[in-house]
Amino acid sequence: MKIAIQTEDFDLSTELDLLRKGLPGIGGINIFVGTVRDSHLGDEVSAMELEFYPGMTEKCLQDIVEQAKNRWDVLNTTIIHRVGKLLPMDQIVLVAVASTHRGDSYAACEFIMDYLKSYAPFWKKEHTPEGSRWVDARISDEEQLKKWNK
Amino acid sequence: MKISIRFFASLKEALKTDQIDENIPNQVITIGDLRVYLSKKDSVWAESLAPHKNIRAAQNLEMVTMEEPIQEGAEIAFFPPVTGG
Repeated sequence: MKIAIQTEDFDLSTELDLLRKGLPGIGGINIFVGTVRDSHLGDEVSAMELEFYPGMTEKCLQDIVEQAKNRWDVLNTTIIHRVGKLLPMDQIVLVAVASTHRGDSYAACEFIMDYLKSYAPFWKKEHTPEGSRWVDARISDEEQLKKWNK
Repeated sequence: MKISIRFFASLKEALKTDQIDENIPNQVITIGDLRVYLSKKDSVWAESLAPHKNIRAAQNLEMVTMEEPIQEGAEIAFFPPVTGG
């Protein structure tokens, strides 16, 4: 399991090699990459700053991965979340899940991403032509969680 | 009881501090009590921590509710709902 919070960009193929290394039982890998959009709520976004809670954020991500492992056949996971200043088109987050069969990797990847968005202590601040503003949490992110409790 | 309190994101900016150490009186028992106690500092603190504000809290790196009792020496944190990903 890899969990990293970093300012630097990440390289997908390097991360996939690390995720698969020494695990010939892997039959499928599902990957989600979040990127910075150039607009939000109708305003142009020129940059974004991401803040986190050192110590708590890593612990929270670890708990989320453990929950996913308890629900699905998960052989390995990678979560990388960038912080600091990011520009449109930049990669923000990587969640990659390796499992024996594809169904588990699809489900576990979506579960990890949904829980990350609602529980992991990260905060985004957008820079727009009108000035900078903190992004409000979306109700729809919390709604997404309900499907996992059925 | 001595505790340290951290603030993040919009709350940190509004309060112009990211961490304070407090020796809280005995009647401050829960995280919610602490929120009320801190809001008495001045009008900025009162507005930032007002009951209608959607604020989350953590104690010793675990998310907690406002009803959670405060532990001796704890690191408490207050912050807005998270927006990562």
